[in-house]
Amino acid sequence: MRPFQFHTPKTTEEAFEMATSKTAYLAGGTNQVDLMKKHIATPDSVINLKNVSTNTIKTTNDGIRLGAGSTNSEVANHPEILQKYPLLSKAILAGASPQIRNMATTGGNLLQRTRCPYFYDTALPCNKRNPGSGCGALKGNQRMSAIIGYSSKCVAVHPSDFCVALVALDAEVETTQSDGTSKTTTFEDFHRLPGENPEKDTNLPENALITSVFVPNNAFGNNIAYVKIRERDSYAFALISVAAALEIRNGTIKAARLASGGVAHKPWRWKNAENYLKNKSATRKNIEAAAKLASSEAEPLAHNSFKIGLLEGAIITALSQAADNTLETKW
Amino acid sequence: MKDQPSLPKTFSRRFFIKSSSAFAALAVIPNSVKAFYNHIKEIFVPKKEILPLSLRINEKPYSLDVDSRSTLLDLLREILQLTGTKKGCDHGQCGACTVHVNGKRVLSCLTLAATLPETEVTTIEGLAKGDELHPMQEAFLEHDGFQCGYCTPGQIMSAVACVKEGRTTSVGEIKEFMSGNICRCGAYNGITNAIQSVAK
Ligand SMILES: Cc1cc2nc3c(=O)[nH]c(=O)nc-3n(C[C@H](O)[C@H](O)[C@H](O)COP(=O)(O)OP(=O)(O)OC[C@H]3O[C@@H](n4cnc5c(N)ncnc54)[C@H](O)[C@@H]3O)c2cc1C
Ligand code: SF4
Ligand code: FES
Ligand code: FES
Repeated sequence: MRPFQFHTPKTTEEAFEMATSKTAYLAGGTNQVDLMKKHIATPDSVINLKNVSTNTIKTTNDGIRLGAGSTNSEVANHPEILQKYPLLSKAILAGASPQIRNMATTGGNLLQRTRCPYFYDTALPCNKRNPGSGCGALKGNQRMSAIIGYSSKCVAVHPSDFCVALVALDAEVETTQSDGTSKTTTFEDFHRLPGENPEKDTNLPENALITSVFVPNNAFGNNIAYVKIRERDSYAFALISVAAALEIRNGTIKAARLASGGVAHKPWRWKNAENYLKNKSATRKNIEAAAKLASSEAEPLAHNSFKIGLLEGAIITALSQAADNTLETKW
Repeated sequence: MKDQPSLPKTFSRRFFIKSSSAFAALAVIPNSVKAFYNHIKEIFVPKKEILPLSLRINEKPYSLDVDSRSTLLDLLREILQLTGTKKGCDHGQCGACTVHVNGKRVLSCLTLAATLPETEVTTIEGLAKGDELHPMQEAFLEHDGFQCGYCTPGQIMSAVACVKEGRTTSVGEIKEFMSGNICRCGAYNGITNAIQSVAK
């Protein structure tokens, strides 16, 4: 690691005063410390958010608010989350390991960097790490690369599981900018596609802080599922993941949510498939048609067309499990 | 590791080997090169920061000065000679460095020491009560929960937490909630049996 000054401010205002253009915020550190060890992040100063970000998880009339400092374990095991937002718990528990989830925070999970192998290898070109140096993955190993929404500058995917569930549940991100103003952004607009500037993962202004994530009430009950396909059964990032949530009344799907990880530079919503399922019954035939619709929108790269079949299968499994309303957990 | 009898008590063999090779390397670099290097470093590399840190480790209070970059793992192993905690990958991918901070299992390789003022850290050295092993340590011996033993301190720290978290209702659940600890020797069945026996 390069040397850096370490600060632990007591308030948001203090944090903003200390922040410079070469500052990195530190929450659980599970990604940031790793990036500093590998000289991918080389900040002059590190600001510890411990006393700035709250870990409060609070129910309101219209939903639940997760403080940016709440740990992934705290969210996944929270009684209210287990009861009303089980999809969040499922997605979080499908990611990382118990030790990492005890450290990782809500804010940090949103802002973790991609796991593209070229991004992590400082000897190789990568536009995200070193703008203008080229994209190693574009003609390289694409097992972990995107199948939709990519550009010729970057084909990386966002690695989070938690964020897939959050985008499916129409969450909102509350942020505070360094001038003190606060803003609410829909989860879909929080992360961005690579376009010409893959070095930017999100639309968050420089040095702005995530203060909380809000998840609105929903009527999905236990009709939810999170399916994750990876190289081994646990403790690995997704090749493909699918979050599904269905509002079923008298056998008819009144609303559907379908989102994926491992497919794009941001957590991805399959809106056409969601609309297709609306007002239909949750039959195998309709589920298969929705899966086909979503997977046919993807445009794989030269070396990852295997992901299309994985995606289609994962969507069928997720929607079927969601329709079954079993919430069964297979450990 | 036992100290070499010929060395003064206060220096460990580890310290001696490391420091003597560093001094030897310094001696052969000409002074002009050293001065040039230091000059360049001043310009390009921010000065390192040393911070005061007080915390408790295995129920003992410590007041230390730590580099802002030091991880808890390096603090334990390199400064405090608590080498029970192991460094496997140093990148959060193996679990060998698992310790408890304020009673929760975390990875010491991804924890900056500077984030730990006033915390209570427990390492593998802190589990036994005097000569009496922790039940999980006994169970690992009883059930052959290891082969080479390198991953074992991390496995045991994780296992103790796994039982406390109540994630032991089935073999499948134990395996899922122990998945953050990789064993290169593949002693997984012994590890699972040990945990089951303690959880009962
Ligand atoms: C081996 C390994 C396996 C993993 N597997 C998975 C997996 O399968 N699925 C998954 O989803 N994740 C996985 N993770 C990633 C893990 O979930 C993230 O690293 C974690 O969520 C990041 O949170 P943190 O609090 O540790 O963030 P940090 O590492 O502290 O910070 C990450 C980034 O967020 C910024 N930041 C943090 N909080 C704020 C805030 N409030 N406001 C503004 N900026 C902020 C930091 O400046 C930094 O840029 C894995 C990680 C490891 C090491
Ligand atoms: S896909 Fe993106 S992150 Fe990966 S090498 Fe290309 S530019 Fe870098
Ligand atoms: S050494 Fe910390 S996880 Fe491998
Ligand atoms: S016992 Fe050898 S690595 Fe686990």
